[in-house]
Amino acid sequence: MTPEDSRYAKSHEYVHVEGDVGTVGITDYAQKELGDVVFVELPQVGSQLEAADEFGNIESVKAVSELFSPVSGEVVEINEKLADKPELVNTDPYGDGWMIKIRLSDPSEMDGLMTADDYEDYVQAESGK
Amino acid sequence: MSNLPDPLDDRSAHRYIPNASEDIAAMLRVIGVDSIDRLFDTIPAEAKLDRLLDVPGPWSEVESRRWFRALAARNKTSFEHASFLGGGAYAHHQPACIDQLLLRAEFLTAYTPYQPEVSQGTLRSIFEYQSHQCLLTGLDVANASLYDGSTALCEGVLLAERVGKGRNKVVIAKSVHPQYTETVRTYVQNLGIEIVEVGWGKDGRIDTDALRAACNGAFAVAVQSPNFLGVIEDYDVINEIATAAGAAKVALIAEATSLGIVSPPGLHGFDIAVGEGQAWGVPTQFGGPFVGFMVVKDALKRHMPGRLVGETVDADGKRAYVLTLATREQHIRRGKATSNICTNQALIALAANMYLSLLGKKGLREVAEQCVQKTGYLRQKLREIAAVVMPFSGPVYNEFVVRTPAPSKQVLGYLEDHGILGGIPLDQFFPDHPNDFLVAVTELNTREQMDTYAAALSAAVARGRR
Amino acid sequence: MTTAFESHDTTVTATTQGASRERLIFEHSRHGRRGYQLPPLDVPPQNINDLVPRSLRRDDIADEVEVSEVDVVRHFTRLSKLNVSIDAGLYPLGSCTMKHNPRINEEIARLPGFAMSHPLQPDHQVQGNLELMWTLEQTLKEIFGMPRVTLQPVAGAHGELTGILLIHKALAKSGNARKYILIPDSAHGTNPASAAFAGYELKELKSNSRGTLDLSLLAENVNEDCAALMLTVPNTLGVFETQIRQIADILHAKGAYLYCDGANLNAFVGIARPGDIGIDVIHSNLHKTFSTPHGGGGPGAGPVGVSKKLVPFLPTPMVERREDGTFYLDFSHPDSIGRMRAFHGNFSVLVRALTYIRSMGPAGLRRIAQIAVLNANYIRARLKDAYHLPYDAPSLHEVVFSDKKQSAHDVHTLDIAKRLMDYGFHPPTIYFPLIVPGALMIEPTESEPKEELDAFCEAMIAIARECEERPELVRSAPHTTPVRRLDEARAARQLVLRWKP
Repeated sequence: MTPEDSRYAKSHEYVHVEGDVGTVGITDYAQKELGDVVFVELPQVGSQLEAADEFGNIESVKAVSELFSPVSGEVVEINEKLADKPELVNTDPYGDGWMIKIRLSDPSEMDGLMTADDYEDYVQAESGK
Repeated sequence: MSNLPDPLDDRSAHRYIPNASEDIAAMLRVIGVDSIDRLFDTIPAEAKLDRLLDVPGPWSEVESRRWFRALAARNKTSFEHASFLGGGAYAHHQPACIDQLLLRAEFLTAYTPYQPEVSQGTLRSIFEYQSHQCLLTGLDVANASLYDGSTALCEGVLLAERVGKGRNKVVIAKSVHPQYTETVRTYVQNLGIEIVEVGWGKDGRIDTDALRAACNGAFAVAVQSPNFLGVIEDYDVINEIATAAGAAKVALIAEATSLGIVSPPGLHGFDIAVGEGQAWGVPTQFGGPFVGFMVVKDALKRHMPGRLVGETVDADGKRAYVLTLATREQHIRRGKATSNICTNQALIALAANMYLSLLGKKGLREVAEQCVQKTGYLRQKLREIAAVVMPFSGPVYNEFVVRTPAPSKQVLGYLEDHGILGGIPLDQFFPDHPNDFLVAVTELNTREQMDTYAAALSAAVARGRR
Repeated sequence: MTTAFESHDTTVTATTQGASRERLIFEHSRHGRRGYQLPPLDVPPQNINDLVPRSLRRDDIADEVEVSEVDVVRHFTRLSKLNVSIDAGLYPLGSCTMKHNPRINEEIARLPGFAMSHPLQPDHQVQGNLELMWTLEQTLKEIFGMPRVTLQPVAGAHGELTGILLIHKALAKSGNARKYILIPDSAHGTNPASAAFAGYELKELKSNSRGTLDLSLLAENVNEDCAALMLTVPNTLGVFETQIRQIADILHAKGAYLYCDGANLNAFVGIARPGDIGIDVIHSNLHKTFSTPHGGGGPGAGPVGVSKKLVPFLPTPMVERREDGTFYLDFSHPDSIGRMRAFHGNFSVLVRALTYIRSMGPAGLRRIAQIAVLNANYIRARLKDAYHLPYDAPSLHEVVFSDKKQSAHDVHTLDIAKRLMDYGFHPPTIYFPLIVPGALMIEPTESEPKEELDAFCEAMIAIARECEERPELVRSAPHTTPVRRLDEARAARQLVLRWKP
């Protein structure tokens, strides 16, 4: 269920890399926890991020959460569709609900993130608490 | 052990507390304890009082009326005196039906509308209040109200700081109400924000050269119009200077009826309008409760503090209203909230909504025009008194500064002896203005009162010269 | 996006006279209608351009209303019929203390001598007001057991900010403002928001299995960087921290302060005093314990009582009495944190509160807490079989249940709350405190008669049965309100925050 070809952060963001550009969003588990997403605040194209930097926030009717970048690099594209249809994060978190694309400055950072299996175990442990 | 009354003794029954001995006994049985005291066992014995509180009462309504009426009678007010007091609180006409409607149980005694299905009355009224603010200020989104004008200014400054790209300086005109600026100082004292004040020129408007110099690196410029001296500022030149410096423009309106005639900040490039709605028919009440407002341009709406009411539909497709964007508020964001505000001023906002609705397009204009004309008349009369000067030449709405050769308290004391509450001495705010005082005129002041005022002032000044 | 309203309204009843069909005031506007009259201008008019130049003048306010007085009275009367109110029945909202709002308070507040006084009048013109404020302070000093009380804050959250600023200044004055404030995970959201506003970081303390403070955890976290603990007393579960004295001692030993959120004062007013149990700062909510009306969300007032160490830092001005019995505003507090707002606070709310306190008197004040606690424990006893009680520690004036039993039938707190409306009750506070999943927080107050409590309990028990036998009825509630189950996601996604023509 969790896409194998991505890597995952403890704060429930994923990054899917093609070439040197990573697509970042939040996981299916995260969107379920949040509920109906009503607004996503994204950074400017051109922003420089370090891994674990806050790059925006996401609001649902009942909660708001910060979004943290799993990797370092420059923001090269943001998903403009989310401005009018924030619910894409709920319906298609790994596809049309993507948030930003980053040009990775240090691809080795990917090794420090969780694989799909590790992430699934992590979520199991978290929700069991 | 002590002389504490027994709750089961009906001599201690109270008209606001229905349950008495019959009820209490039955309830104790259901709970399964033999006395109410057992229910307080978690409070440590040494913490408990073994005496009653030492306060007067209980008073019947007869005694309350007697005592409080005597207290109220010791005040001098605009009820029995001709009053020309302004300085952030103005006596305007309040239509009679407003207070009657406010006393309806469903408005007075309702709670915050967190459950929209049973609070549509409150929610619709707030939506209307928000709408009125937008029409009056020319900006896009208003909130459900803030405590008052001074805290609205604080919230406006803090909002500008949040979106101010890391800058930490705000320019506030010296002609902003001094108590409002004091409040901002209190609010920002631990937040690393620097306040720079810019004074006024000969016309009583902000000194634009000083403003230009002070604006660099500021996240916002805040001006009041009409300002504390009564003078109407030139929004356009301030907008130009602030925009060039990359600072947000905050307009503060302390005399809300001025919006009936003075061109509003939203038409001059301002980003944020904050102010005090008391002048919309709310009695002066020794300073509160009043009602603050904040209206912003659309891009800033997610950064607004306070409650917001939005329109939506219900499960049957009916139009309905609900508190929205609550995620910014304290009960969800907690430590990262845009503000800590919880209770606002809903009932006063309701009163303001009723006032704005009753007066409407035509009435707001007529009130403002009467204020302007009557002020013009009084100023004309005062110009005829040789020793009286109005030191600031800028255009005014309904308030202006008067200067005489004598200390203002002396002059005002004379007026008071003749039944006139003549003005507010400026020296409590600006110690280098001992002979200046602030005079306000509203549609409630009659020609006769103003003629008497001019005559009394003339006599006071003549007396002072002897 | 304004949608046309439904003309077929199944919830119209004879006595609401079409209230739910009521439109917005802007939609009543008709060109030429007028709703006011002023006396004619009694001075010879000058040329308006000589008074306010054209460049500073606006055109008529586009789209503002033109309606008659009849339209306005009818509109707001109909709107009022869409609200519930405490005058009409129980509002069991935890920590809100929805008690009876006596009308003598309204009459006294409206006396022209109070209502028409101006905040910038000199002291000698407003001796009645100053005496009233001074008297209220003396009364609150006695109720709190503290040496001084500021009347300036206009709401509970405003009082919290005041209290934290006081602590900050006092600590800064002795050399170290410190870094963080401790807040239990059961705290009201205004607590951390206020602390952050005052420039402090926050550290959350996990409650123990009894729902109260873990003293060893507290001791671990109190050091020279900790400025204060913010505690609601009793806490948001209605449970009194029996070890309050030890809590105070732990903090005081390290020079930290104990701040009390006084929202729950109704539980122990007249029984114990915050100042006697080691509390350094307390804010009260006059619109809770002291009966001033909620008004749909304000105005309120939040006077703050302080211990001796904090007195020098209080907001100015304070009201003082001279030897000759006259009163004056005292601005001479060089170490004051400053003003919390312009003028003197919500004076007319202070008038209502003092009227109430006088109406209660010493025995009445004590009776408030006794009957408030009795009423809440009665509800607890009657409902504890039907609903899950997450913490069995004894509770005072409020009780918190959870939806655990009902969740087994896939019915949740939100549904129960909505169904309660069909039984004619405003729901309790829901989903707070956060430490109880699916919380239902019930506070009846002392002004509820037994028969209303019984009706409420019977409704709750009936709903519990419905959750088992007809869960779909509860999940699709409410059925009899003017609107039902609003689309809140839509409200937040497609923001419509004002009327547009």
